[in-house]
Amino acid sequence: MARSIKLRIWRGDSTDGGLKDVVVEANEGEVVLDVIHRVQATQMGDLAVRWNCKAGKCGSCSMEINGKPRLACMTQVASFGEEETITVTPLRAFPIIKDLVTDVSFNYKKAMEIPAYEPPAELAPGEARMEQIDVERSQEFRKCIECFLCQDVCHVVRDHEENKKSFAGPRFLMRMAELDFHPLDQRKTRKQEAQEQHGLGFCNITKCCTEVCPEHIKITDNALIPMKERVADVKYDPVRWLGSKIRKREGL
Amino acid sequence: MSGVFSPTRAKIKERTLRTDKWWLQPLLTFGVLFSFVIYATFRAFENKNYFVEESHLISPFYSPCLSESCEPAATIGGWTPFSAEIFNFALSPALIILIFPLGFRMTCYYYRKAYYRSFWFSPPACGVAEPHEKYTGETRLPLLGQNIHRYFFYAGLVFNVILTYDAIISFRNKEGEWGHMTLGSLVLVLSSALLWFYSLSCHTCRHTVGGRLKHFSKHPVRYKLWTTVSVLNTKHQQFAWFSLAAVAFADIYVRQVASGAWSNPIFF
Amino acid sequence: MTLERHKYDVLVIGAGGAGLRAAVEARESGLRVAIICKSLFGKAHTVMAEGGAAASMGNVNDNDNWMVHFRDTMRGGKFLNHFRMAELHAKESPDRIWELEVWGALFDRTKEGKISQRNFGGHEYPRLAHVGDRTGLELIRTMQQKIVQLQQKDGRETGDMESGIKVFAELTITDILKENGKISGAYGYWRESGEEVLFEAPAVVIATGGVGKTFKITSNSWEGTGDGHALALKAGANLVDMEFLQFHPTGMVWPPSVRGILVTESVRGEGGVLTNTNGERFMFKYIPDVFKDKYADNEAEADRWYEDQDNNRRPPELLPRDEVARAINSEVKAGRGTEHGGVFLDVSKRLPAEVIKKRLPSMWHQFYELAGVDITKEPMEVGPTCHYVMGGVEVEPDTAAAVGVPGLFAAGEVAGGMHGSNRLGGNSLSDLLVFGRRAGMGAVEYVKKNTATPVSDAAIKAAAEKIQAPFDRQGGENSYSLHAELQEVTHNLVGIIRTGSELKEAIAKIAEIRKRSANVAVAGGRKFNPGFHLAFDLDNMLLVAESTAKSADAREESRGGHTRDDFPGMNNKWRQVNHISSFDGEKVNVRAQSLPPMPKELFDLFDVHELEKYMTPEEVAKGGSN
Ligand SMILES: Cc1cc2nc3c(=O)[nH]c(=O)nc-3n(C[C@H](O)[C@H](O)[C@H](O)COP(=O)(O)OP(=O)(O)OC[C@H]3O[C@@H](n4cnc5c(N)ncnc54)[C@H](O)[C@@H]3O)c2cc1C
Ligand code: SF4
Ligand code: SF4
Ligand code: FES
Ligand code: FES
Repeated sequence: MARSIKLRIWRGDSTDGGLKDVVVEANEGEVVLDVIHRVQATQMGDLAVRWNCKAGKCGSCSMEINGKPRLACMTQVASFGEEETITVTPLRAFPIIKDLVTDVSFNYKKAMEIPAYEPPAELAPGEARMEQIDVERSQEFRKCIECFLCQDVCHVVRDHEENKKSFAGPRFLMRMAELDFHPLDQRKTRKQEAQEQHGLGFCNITKCCTEVCPEHIKITDNALIPMKERVADVKYDPVRWLGSKIRKREGL
Repeated sequence: MSGVFSPTRAKIKERTLRTDKWWLQPLLTFGVLFSFVIYATFRAFENKNYFVEESHLISPFYSPCLSESCEPAATIGGWTPFSAEIFNFALSPALIILIFPLGFRMTCYYYRKAYYRSFWFSPPACGVAEPHEKYTGETRLPLLGQNIHRYFFYAGLVFNVILTYDAIISFRNKEGEWGHMTLGSLVLVLSSALLWFYSLSCHTCRHTVGGRLKHFSKHPVRYKLWTTVSVLNTKHQQFAWFSLAAVAFADIYVRQVASGAWSNPIFF
Repeated sequence: MTLERHKYDVLVIGAGGAGLRAAVEARESGLRVAIICKSLFGKAHTVMAEGGAAASMGNVNDNDNWMVHFRDTMRGGKFLNHFRMAELHAKESPDRIWELEVWGALFDRTKEGKISQRNFGGHEYPRLAHVGDRTGLELIRTMQQKIVQLQQKDGRETGDMESGIKVFAELTITDILKENGKISGAYGYWRESGEEVLFEAPAVVIATGGVGKTFKITSNSWEGTGDGHALALKAGANLVDMEFLQFHPTGMVWPPSVRGILVTESVRGEGGVLTNTNGERFMFKYIPDVFKDKYADNEAEADRWYEDQDNNRRPPELLPRDEVARAINSEVKAGRGTEHGGVFLDVSKRLPAEVIKKRLPSMWHQFYELAGVDITKEPMEVGPTCHYVMGGVEVEPDTAAAVGVPGLFAAGEVAGGMHGSNRLGGNSLSDLLVFGRRAGMGAVEYVKKNTATPVSDAAIKAAAEKIQAPFDRQGGENSYSLHAELQEVTHNLVGIIRTGSELKEAIAKIAEIRKRSANVAVAGGRKFNPGFHLAFDLDNMLLVAESTAKSADAREESRGGHTRDDFPGMNNKWRQVNHISSFDGEKVNVRAQSLPPMPKELFDLFDVHELEKYMTPEEVAKGGSN
């Protein structure tokens, strides 16, 4: 049942690199990560690739397969044609380290910039009460395995290096939405911060992040657009703005 | 060199390594939207054949008819606050109201995605490098203006009411008696119904009915509404296209009947 | 080139649940902390944990409390657990879970808005706090975000977010350094560049997780190479009871590339049943005597239990893991297994499709995408997979300090004692939190009393030479093939069912592979070179395998995660014995050590008749240690 398949793997580092052709055995039911490992064990002992769980749970094996950002451990070899060459490259939005491994520190930096969860000051452990329907929206976003495929595909930074400083990317804008929806979070300024400091306005809702998310999180529909609407509430809606002023004055 | 060709990135010369037909979707979107725009522009300036008096059919492009040039029967109770011309140019009644449906669709989250991709190539498809050097998205004017979508949404609701009214009054015969129906009535019903679905599935609608709340559990009714709208919302793209097609067809239908090219079959 | 050096108060090796919890504790006490991990931050094994974290909060059934949890844990471990660890764990885990909630975790809720809890094998009441079937992810992400919160605080105070706590990701520690018998730091290399790094610190917390990669079929990732076990051994610490390995009864068996990947126990907790190819629900045949009064012996009662837990005994599918794994093994050996060597696990007939997708989303996803099986319609094929090591570093229960090495602490899967001969599902995640925190506290106390010892140049030189060595060899052994050979040996000779002669054969073979591994050569450069990385992991796995094989050979009985064909059945004499492994620089030595006796107040929590099944008459007569 084993058959030979054609693979083109990008090999190189920050100085140079290119696509290398290899032919490798593939068995029934194997995923792209399996054949990459076979190449590693038999032909290229020093081929660099990240992985951990091999079950789509950790988000380590992110790469681009035939030009699409995907998890190598969740991409079946059988999903490609018999004669098709499978092209495997590193993520193209981040600096290259070696072969299929890129420097994803951009994402960790952004993670550190999102203001942390702020629980009610007097909340004692064990006393929190939250309804399931109130936590469900944020729970969807907490399924995120931080594979950073959405961060990779988002054209705002993929195609514009200079935007990296002012744009947190879909994963972390979604994190802001998660906290803004969190039933107990006390921070009142997340909407403004999302727009003013983390670049929500850069997103033009073209939904590539949603298309590639291996957890099938509806990033754009459920996090980014609702967040844009919330931003509009506080920044671009004069009627609501006025309303909130009046309510404040009346001490409601 | 920027973007995927930046010096720090893996050196790959192709703009994309995608092997599927990624260009097909934007091409189709472009084709359909562009045809619609051409047709709609032509019709907006045409300034005739928008009303069929004996069947009480008015084209959705021309409703509400607010110009002094409108045929009296096509107006809402004869209310015509706009003059027939400005600066000596004849002003088509369509042009007066055009801004509302146009603005609604232009600022719609779905159409934004569609035209940013297919007209502006930003990006043309996922993982395909866009051609622009600079990109600021919706952070500054004019695109910052997309944030007024909610006002167009409210206006859209008013229009839906009017177009629903138009559909209802078409259930009359030549003499104005109720309980009759033509193919045209059906066409108007279909287009106004799809418009309702389009509006109700809108992201702003979802936000307004309940999305903006932090605690659903304290607002059970709004939670219920939000759940329903959320279901519709997942089909917003489909409603966007179907309603567009239905409105265009309703206009074509009225135009053809008004010009006498087609007849309007009477059911009862 | 100058060597990269860092100085910290506490070094935490491992960014899984245990490591992160220790780091938070140490930082909140004001110490400067480094967290080191082999993969990216947030990818540690803990993210893969599915079912939940056990804590007797009593949110679903208010009969639950720490004493019930303690009893379940001891029973599950066949009374070989260190009583004090099991006690601390049962008492403190509710607080640790609630604390996570204060840090932002969003567990699934009960109707009253409390944290929901689910059933799991060996737990008397619904006890596992969970989030769908991705509880480990929630745990790790919450602590990751807690660390960010601490960093933001430091940033506001000092202007540098990383001034108090810093994560060194993709860095492998190869040596724990000592001067004058005390911990002085650790040495390692960046996986990315291959460049070496020295950490100087008076206290080191090892939280490196498990050893699954020593085996061929495992649910563990490449990280589970027993680094911490080996590092501790080499630093002079002991390992306790390394013969006890948990084979999870339900790993995927088909297709081959996913063999071993875990099928969470929640599938059974939610009503999944095990059947053989004859369609027989075989678990009823395998209820051991000690559990007869707790488990249903007929289908009707087992089915009723899902509705009414107070008046029915639980289904035998929820027996402790060792029992279920052995049962599946026997069914397959008797020819009633599937063609791929597994049995069927089915929830599709139990729950409607939407409910399955909601309660077991990642299982649905995993089977659908990797095996082309829709678990809402068809059964899964499952078989045992090496999952967890009960054995580990011998520690002081209250401080998690490694016995015999001042300044060294260990917590999480790498520490031993807590789970005895078999761990209950869900007890690991809570173990990580309880003892992660205690290790952090232990390190803080230690650092307050002890000053840092500078690392000597000789120690640095020795550590550096070890890293360089494989590059200097020409045409030596290939680390990939040696690893495969080792896995073959452990799988065939030290697996679920063991015998004395095979274990002796294994010990000899492991020694031989170890000799050859001294000659491993690496092709390519230092930069992100997996062949080079494996060379070090291999060395660790060999030590672990040796310790396991030798301890298994010594224990002449069957208990929990250790089954001897030549010594079937438990022997109450052996219950009094722990096996302690130590390393003399050449080989692993195993000796027996007696288990500390349970104090009276814990002893009295049990029914004497139950204890009689596990203890010798003299022990029972004594009635605890005081
Ligand atoms: C698939 C699966 C499902 C599970 N489900 C459950 C469950 O439902 N409930 C439950 O209670 N338990 C479960 N477990 C068990 C539990 O997840 C693990 O026992 C636990 O996560 C171990 O955590 P840890 O903190 O000890 O180590 P890990 O999470 O394994 O982390 C180890 C860390 O150490 C680092 N490290 C290792 N070696 C080195 C080195 N040499 N240098 C530097 N860093 C190093 C690694 O990079 C990693 O960061 C499951 C396990 C698996 C595999
Ligand atoms: S929807 Fe927004 S965030 Fe997502 S990929 Fe597109 S531009 Fe980026
Ligand atoms: S949101 Fe989805 S695509 Fe983005 S990092 Fe998380 S899991 Fe990956
Ligand atoms: S290896 Fe974990 S997601 Fe692929
Ligand atoms: S109409 Fe499309 S989002 Fe509002």
